Amino acid sequence: MRKSKALLFEMSHAGRQGYSLPSCDVPEKPVDELLPRKLQRCEPLDLPELSEGEIIRHYTGLSTRNFGVDTGFYPLGSCTMKYNPKINEEAAVLPGFAYLHPCQPEETTQGALELLYNMEQDLIELTGMDRFTLQPAAGAHGELTGLMVIQAYHRQRGDYKRNKVLIPLSAHGTNPATVSMTGCEVIQVPGDERGLVDLKALKAVIDGTISALMLTNPSTLGLFEEEIEAIAKAVHEAGGLLYYDGANMNANMGYTRPGDMGFDVVHLNIHKTLSTPHGGGGPGGGPVGVKECLIPFLPVPLIDKKGEGFCFNYDLPESIGKVHSFYGNFGVIIKAYTYMRMMGAEGLKQASTDAVLNANYLMNLLKKTYHLPYDRTCKHEFVLSARREKKKGAGAGDIAKALLDRGFHPPTVYFPLIVEEALMIEPTETETKETLDAFAGAMEDIAKEINEDAEKVIHGPYHTVVGRLDEVRAARNPILRWNKEQQL
Amino acid sequence: MGGKHYLPLTDQDRREMLAAIGVGSVEDLFSDIPAAVRLKNNLNLPPAMSESEVIGHLNNLASKNRHFQNSVSFLGAGIYDHFIPSIIKHVTGRSEFYTAYTPYQPEVSQGVLQAIFEYQTMICQLTGMDVSNASMYDGGTAVAEGAIMGCGATRRSKVIVSRSVNPYYRAVLRSYFHSRGLTLEEIPLKGGHTDRAALEKTLGDDVATVVLQQPNFFGLVEDMEGVADLIHGHKAVFVVSADPISLPLLQTPAEYGADIVVGEGQGLGVAVSFGGPVLGIIAARDKFVRQMPGRIAGETVDSEGNRGFVLTLQTREQHIRREKAASNICSNEALIALAASVYMAAMGPQGMREVAGQCLQKAAYAREKITALDGYATVFPGINFKEFAVTVPGDSAELNRKLIEKNILGGVDLAVFYPELKNTMLFAVTEKRTREEIDTLVRELEGWK
Repeated sequence: MRKSKALLFEMSHAGRQGYSLPSCDVPEKPVDELLPRKLQRCEPLDLPELSEGEIIRHYTGLSTRNFGVDTGFYPLGSCTMKYNPKINEEAAVLPGFAYLHPCQPEETTQGALELLYNMEQDLIELTGMDRFTLQPAAGAHGELTGLMVIQAYHRQRGDYKRNKVLIPLSAHGTNPATVSMTGCEVIQVPGDERGLVDLKALKAVIDGTISALMLTNPSTLGLFEEEIEAIAKAVHEAGGLLYYDGANMNANMGYTRPGDMGFDVVHLNIHKTLSTPHGGGGPGGGPVGVKECLIPFLPVPLIDKKGEGFCFNYDLPESIGKVHSFYGNFGVIIKAYTYMRMMGAEGLKQASTDAVLNANYLMNLLKKTYHLPYDRTCKHEFVLSARREKKKGAGAGDIAKALLDRGFHPPTVYFPLIVEEALMIEPTETETKETLDAFAGAMEDIAKEINEDAEKVIHGPYHTVVGRLDEVRAARNPILRWNKEQQL
Repeated sequence: MGGKHYLPLTDQDRREMLAAIGVGSVEDLFSDIPAAVRLKNNLNLPPAMSESEVIGHLNNLASKNRHFQNSVSFLGAGIYDHFIPSIIKHVTGRSEFYTAYTPYQPEVSQGVLQAIFEYQTMICQLTGMDVSNASMYDGGTAVAEGAIMGCGATRRSKVIVSRSVNPYYRAVLRSYFHSRGLTLEEIPLKGGHTDRAALEKTLGDDVATVVLQQPNFFGLVEDMEGVADLIHGHKAVFVVSADPISLPLLQTPAEYGADIVVGEGQGLGVAVSFGGPVLGIIAARDKFVRQMPGRIAGETVDSEGNRGFVLTLQTREQHIRREKAASNICSNEALIALAASVYMAAMGPQGMREVAGQCLQKAAYAREKITALDGYATVFPGINFKEFAVTVPGDSAELNRKLIEKNILGGVDLAVFYPELKNTMLFAVTEKRTREEIDTLVRELEGWK
């Protein structure tokens, strides 16, 4: 029986309390004496009043209306929803990390600085770059930081005309949005029939106004850019720099490094490749690595080794400044560090191996049923097209809802934009062969159902806590908060 | 090999899968990587550790740090040692929440979506604004994005920020603005407050946004009377960086006419974690919703008419609008926003007022005691909420070193940000500080020099 769940506000009962505080033990003064009346709040504070037990039941109830990696298979393309090791969570809440204030004197935070320093060394080795900043709090934040560094580099050389950034048509939406945030212009680079960057077309748009090329390798189609050396050469010869979007680094660990491919800047999504949980949308982490010539432009502070200890280095006169109030998502970095230390070089390589093996195995199973527009060896993910199913009446979005009914989280749908009715599937290395077989079975079952009764599929899902939600209505008539008046 | 317990494929599985694919070895799956860019050797990383070894290693690192459980903190500057109700970690520790991705499939994400909707509502209640987003990275990035919203709404490119705004936030604002080619001008201080006359002089019809902070960086409550009229007189947008912990007690930004409220939400039940992950708050009047960056949850109905929640107004966002998006933000701080929601629900109106009240009383007590000492004095007369600046009889860094010996994390050294403020410290006193802890601090200060 489907039912919506009461909001906290609807459960509120005047006089109930969900907290316990010690009483104020300093001599108190009348509030008006400390804070003149005219500076005090008049508006009532209309927060819910609930006991602790009611609150925990509310949120436990909400959690059962949510699907995570711990619930089941989550093959969301380009998001690398791998298993999030439990030890990571324990590491991040050690009191010496969780209760550390960012303004403490350096000598009282040596353990944290050592961890950040070690993490930087590990990331340098993983990617083949020369230095990292751990400040960016997410992938898109890393992109912004990276492009800021690139712009600062060009400007410092007196090269003010470079205001164009090249982006393949298959790129994540964050890439073009980031370019706009740095005041640059986006130039689209088309792909060729193999699904790779069209080198000839790329060369045709390269000129002296190119700031950078942003590339994800493997691409969002899950395909390795085989001509990466020629691409890098073409961009570099024109004075541009190469930016590596690390969203798909999970295919490459121990096999190839952006630094060796010719990239000058790289961001990693540690909440993808390095196993930290996505938290329902965040927090993540987007460390940015650069080659030597770009180090002077990195955000401050860097973390340096000084004698036996570690210190912040703010002495970077050409730095772009700060992109985060403090040192980034330290708590998330701890988790990624824990993961890397547990995996070691061999474990990380095996992770990429199995991620690629799982993707190829699943692709091979599914291409029997669904159209595979780029039929070649994939890396960690692949993209199917539901265009045949769409003609029968149910498209990628409908298939996604049908998967929900079968206990799976759907793949990424309608992305990348260059594939019609795209289903972008990334199984990751932490899934068993049995799970992949079961998922393939469900996908075949759905294809069969579309053949027989597409009408049924487009009205799904049927077994979720709510039915298909009306997104158009939400956007046309936005209700963005609970409102007492509205309820009465 | 490390991490085998995360990698379920057996050699037998691998052989069967390779056979199904029709290749001889895994190497064949990587043959598309050109030889020139292939790694020739194994990565040179430290050897893999077992679970007990890694936690031992991390414990060793963590134990080198001073922290709130072995020292008493008077540090603030935007990040505070506030009380964290136990219930929070039990909610955020539910892995249906923390191992989920962004709720793009609403039918299996009602938990996160409803929690975000409730978060948005509570942030609106607290600030007096009409609409809140689902979170930003932190206070600094929220300030920067709030300022940019004003530029988008006015189609102007100049922003004015008071020097009484947190210098960490201003540093982030500067980076964002410099890169985008926008102009930033700072309003000087007058007695630790925003210099009103200078603000009036700088304001012109080319100004998009004015950013002020309440309470300001020195913990002072600024008089906002007439500020909104002044700013709106030039059709500019009024952005306030507010401390959510102060809002149950202080006039809300809505009450003094702000258009957009930004701020650091760490105080709402979030561990300090060396400054991250924390929570960027951004809330606004209805008319700015189209300029709002990031995700927003909205109410709708399902196919059977049941209430449900979805991500909405997505045409502002990067995955739909690409280069025309309001911001590039994708991942945010969802789990931290969940923590803040649980905090607000647990504390309720009464608890939040009590926290704010105790901050006010305890900071006033500490300030009175400290400034009564020889050699210590108030830097800026005014009304303080939970922080205050004090001149100390000597070098602040040296004083802090001595306090650490007594397990006290002293105040922030203000000369780092304001070179003119030599030998001055910013002390934060939250509801967590006891009279005994404050008295101990006072005694140690008295005994110094």
